[in-house]
Amino acid sequence: MNYFKIIINGIVKENPTFVLLLGMCPTLGTTSSALNGMMMGLATMCVLIVSNFLISLVKKLVPDMVRIPSYIVIIASLVTMLQLCIKAYAPEIDKSLGLFIPLIVVNCIILGRAESFAAKNNPLASIFDGIGIGLGFTCGLTILGSVREILGTGCIFGQTIYSENYGMLLFVLAPGAFLALGYLIAIFNKLKKA
Amino acid sequence: MDYVLNLILIIITAIFVNNVVLAQFLGICPFLGVSKKVDTASGMGMAVTAVLLVATIVTFCIQKYVLDVFHLEYLQTIAFILVIAALVQMIEIFLKKTMPALYQALGVFLPLITTNCCILGVAILVIQKEYDLLEGVIYAVGTGLGFLLAMVLFAGLREQLALSRVPKAFEGTPIALVTASLLAMAFMGFSGVDGGLKAVFGL
Amino acid sequence: MLLVLTAIAVISGGALAMVNSVTEPQIEKINAENLAAGIKSVMGCAEVVVSQPNTVNKNISYYTVSDASGKSLGWAVQSSENGFGGELQVLVGFDGDGNILGYTILKTAETPGLGAKADTWFQKGAKGDIIGMNPGTSNFTVSKDGGDVDAITASTITSRAFLLSIKNAFDEVVSKQDASSGASTQAKKSVAADSCCGDTIACDSINE
Repeated sequence: MNYFKIIINGIVKENPTFVLLLGMCPTLGTTSSALNGMMMGLATMCVLIVSNFLISLVKKLVPDMVRIPSYIVIIASLVTMLQLCIKAYAPEIDKSLGLFIPLIVVNCIILGRAESFAAKNNPLASIFDGIGIGLGFTCGLTILGSVREILGTGCIFGQTIYSENYGMLLFVLAPGAFLALGYLIAIFNKLKKA
Repeated sequence: MDYVLNLILIIITAIFVNNVVLAQFLGICPFLGVSKKVDTASGMGMAVTAVLLVATIVTFCIQKYVLDVFHLEYLQTIAFILVIAALVQMIEIFLKKTMPALYQALGVFLPLITTNCCILGVAILVIQKEYDLLEGVIYAVGTGLGFLLAMVLFAGLREQLALSRVPKAFEGTPIALVTASLLAMAFMGFSGVDGGLKAVFGL
Repeated sequence: MLLVLTAIAVISGGALAMVNSVTEPQIEKINAENLAAGIKSVMGCAEVVVSQPNTVNKNISYYTVSDASGKSLGWAVQSSENGFGGELQVLVGFDGDGNILGYTILKTAETPGLGAKADTWFQKGAKGDIIGMNPGTSNFTVSKDGGDVDAITASTITSRAFLLSIKNAFDEVVSKQDASSGASTQAKKSVAADSCCGDTIACDSINE
């Protein structure tokens, strides 16, 4: 198995945001700015890498009947650890992402990768899958966040590009999230065909 | 009296002003996934409302009588998600045995609900907002009804949309998202209503 | 089967308890530091002595603040009000006469780009400058309602809620204190009850 291929696969062919359409709640809920989107993507990636690794390690020990509950316990404790660390060492992130940190538990990407990849592959490959899918998710969220921030406020990562007075505030608000994602997926579809 | 008015305010805010899907972005997966037909959408909406109601009561009790008492607040996420998963299973078995007709209608949706983030989200929000049990229950029901409303409206739009011709790149999810955006814009019309009601009620 | 699940749960629980024991004091420290920094910034003074919080009602609690020498600076009041998108919580500093020294937004769910501008809009030198105003003597509402303060563009509801929360803070705390003599005695008492600022260096001046 070529590890580089696994990573590229996660970013392009199985991009969670634009192709698999998984984890839509944080995708729409946290991308009001590029920075928020990137933070959320990185937080999810941390959990995904470690959960993929652990689940791939214990996969032979866990009987099939209690597979899903065991995975949920592992993922939930990882998410809680991340939540505590963010609260303790980066309270600013906790303020802007809020509820969506504990909700990483029910992000279909994590459990989905555990089932479809980590449960079938060795720990090292699982780590690379976590990195690939995590990067794909982070890219997706950062792109969506950038588009919304530029169109909505004229800034990107807080750097002004054009005057805020010409921004379409709608893109920072709830409807803009749906609209921007809809158009981005359409563009992704078009590019894939070409 | 003020307490009752406060409850009315909570339920109206949860349904219209802070709609769980269109304003808070919780429960997007089923919102996009099972909204192609009005009857499946309403089935999903009702199943979510029922689970929300039961899950909120149980998680509230666990938080107040177990986690808070033993200072185990950091186990909140684990405890809640396990309780929700177990509850969904139990509701499924219970419905199958006692009310086969209802099970026929809602059964297929139940397994999907565990990973619906609006259940866990509402359970955590009820604790964060420091509601009491009745307020929490009212909030959960309001959120469920808001979800049902958004689902049914969106499914109605998508049924019409299926009949029209859409540019190739927009087929499927993209056009659904654009439609959802228009629906969210319509719901923005409700924003600020809670403040007005509060003034009317004199709270 | 059950054994495995139990083992996983116990190991996870243990690991969590460990992480929690490391992060808990840190989280408390950060919360205390944030509050201390907030109070310092709204009082416009680098070193302050702060009393224990006094709760007036569900929405309002306040701290009596004095400088290192025990000279009273006034009060820092935490006040919340329903804004446009949800709870809006502000921390506002008053001097002994009830003039506003400064404010900061503690919690907000206002619309980004509109109501969320409240954290800069009402500061010194900005369009809706309220620093130095006295809610007791000035007409402390938005100009649309006949008041003296310019509302945030396109966010009248947020602006009203913001001003109302400060007005409430003034009515519930400042106007109920005996402004001149009462404040200084209370401040002296609170030196002993110092809660969040350990080191105390005399405060040079109060920026107004």
